[in-house]
Amino acid sequence: MTPKISFRDVRKTFDIAGRTAFTALEGLNLDIDDGEFITVVGPSGCGKSTAMNIAAGLTAPSSGQVLVDDAVVAGPGPERGVIFQQYALFPWLTVRQNVEFGLKIAGHNRDERRRISDHFIALVGLTDFANSLPKTLSGGMKQRCAIARAYAVNPKILLMDEPFGALDALTRVQLQDQLLAMWSKERRTVMFITHDVDEAVYLASRVVVMAARPGRLYKIVNVDLPYPRTEDMRLSSEFSELRNEVWRAVYHPAAAA
Amino acid sequence: MAVMESENTSDKARGIPLPTGPLAMLGINIVAVVFGISMWALVTSYGVVGLPTPLAVARQAVIQAQSGLLWSDALASLGRVFTGFALGILVAIPVGFLMGWYKIARAIIEPYVQFFRTIPPLAIIPLAIVTMGIDETPKIFVIFLASFLSSVVATYQGVISVDRTMINAARVLGANDFTIFRRVIVPASLPYIMVGVRIGLGSSWSTVVAAELIAAQSGLGFRMQQAQLYYDLATIFVSLISIGILGLIMDRIVMAIDSVLTAWQEKL
Repeated sequence: MTPKISFRDVRKTFDIAGRTAFTALEGLNLDIDDGEFITVVGPSGCGKSTAMNIAAGLTAPSSGQVLVDDAVVAGPGPERGVIFQQYALFPWLTVRQNVEFGLKIAGHNRDERRRISDHFIALVGLTDFANSLPKTLSGGMKQRCAIARAYAVNPKILLMDEPFGALDALTRVQLQDQLLAMWSKERRTVMFITHDVDEAVYLASRVVVMAARPGRLYKIVNVDLPYPRTEDMRLSSEFSELRNEVWRAVYHPAAAA
Repeated sequence: MAVMESENTSDKARGIPLPTGPLAMLGINIVAVVFGISMWALVTSYGVVGLPTPLAVARQAVIQAQSGLLWSDALASLGRVFTGFALGILVAIPVGFLMGWYKIARAIIEPYVQFFRTIPPLAIIPLAIVTMGIDETPKIFVIFLASFLSSVVATYQGVISVDRTMINAARVLGANDFTIFRRVIVPASLPYIMVGVRIGLGSSWSTVVAAELIAAQSGLGFRMQQAQLYYDLATIFVSLISIGILGLIMDRIVMAIDSVLTAWQEKL
């Protein structure tokens, strides 16, 4: 089976006056399978967001390439949905209009748009707020709206850049469960960036640990916990062993440096 | 005790136990205005510097209103403002978008905008009169310039201030440059544009009066200039007060439009 997303020797440097000033990402090789949920965790400056932006087509790699379904990524596209930490909702549009933004571009007619947006707004639990403006929503509700908006255009891949990073701990845990519930219903390949080790282990089937200076892949930890994940699992000894393993992998390079 | 009550009635009151609801504020506004007019009446009743009393000014206003002169003057001034202002906004918004969206356009236009911004529009009047004559054209041109310059900078600022993440969000949903422009840049820069419109209207209004003082056969500014020749202070006061009231009404209309158009904004 060919991987859904394939990073091939992806390198990204930032040059100042023709000289490499900073290596954000050095020779990243990573395959992500169709329908897989991987999380990417690492200290700041490890290039995890850079890797995601290259896969999204928002940043061009300095060398190497990202393949999606064996096609080279050359720019952004609706088959790769992106969810940003800062929600990036359009504040002048209601929840429904935000969710329908991409559908309108894709040329769906009014009835189709309505049907699809109804479905995803219900799935993220915002039915009562469909006609509300983003300014009236809490941070968690804004991010749920952004998730519905990304899902609505039926992407094959979801790229999530620390989507729950700005939320309080309780809301974060609730959204993790909702995201997993949604992922099991509407299976997509997910690449989820986080700096939270617990979150990384809880969500993923594989945790990709990255190291900084230069940004690189450090270790891949397989999470052999079955789905659906439950809150009991969070407290299990298997979970804490995996968590410790990821934690050590995240902090090991820093200790050696 | 008083502090607690004020916290209950309004979170804006900082320990001062005064009512601050919209009706109470309006009441205080009215009291302040009545107090100001009383002070004016008091000062003039002692014959200080020969100013007209409020009553004399009111009488003059009634005379001018009944003869229709007040209305025709106000209409003449308003007509100039709206023509020049509308032209200025109509040109400024597309030019501002061009400057914000295309770096090349910015490089070409910005030196001119920055240069003319440093010249008060009124300083253009002598040139405008010499080259365009003394009819309506030079006045409208100067008002156009005043409103254009303030709005173009605001629009341009609005475009370059649009959050990059929002543009990226549209892009990953499949939007091309034109869609991003139409459905992200335009609405996102609207609050900035409205600030420019408001400033533009203010400078148009102050410019029209000054332009009429220099060369006109009608308008509130012209009426004042005529009254000056006959030492007719009451008429000058009527004109001044009309200018103030009309300017205030226009500003409030723009504010009301703004609050409808940008109701989605998260305001403090």
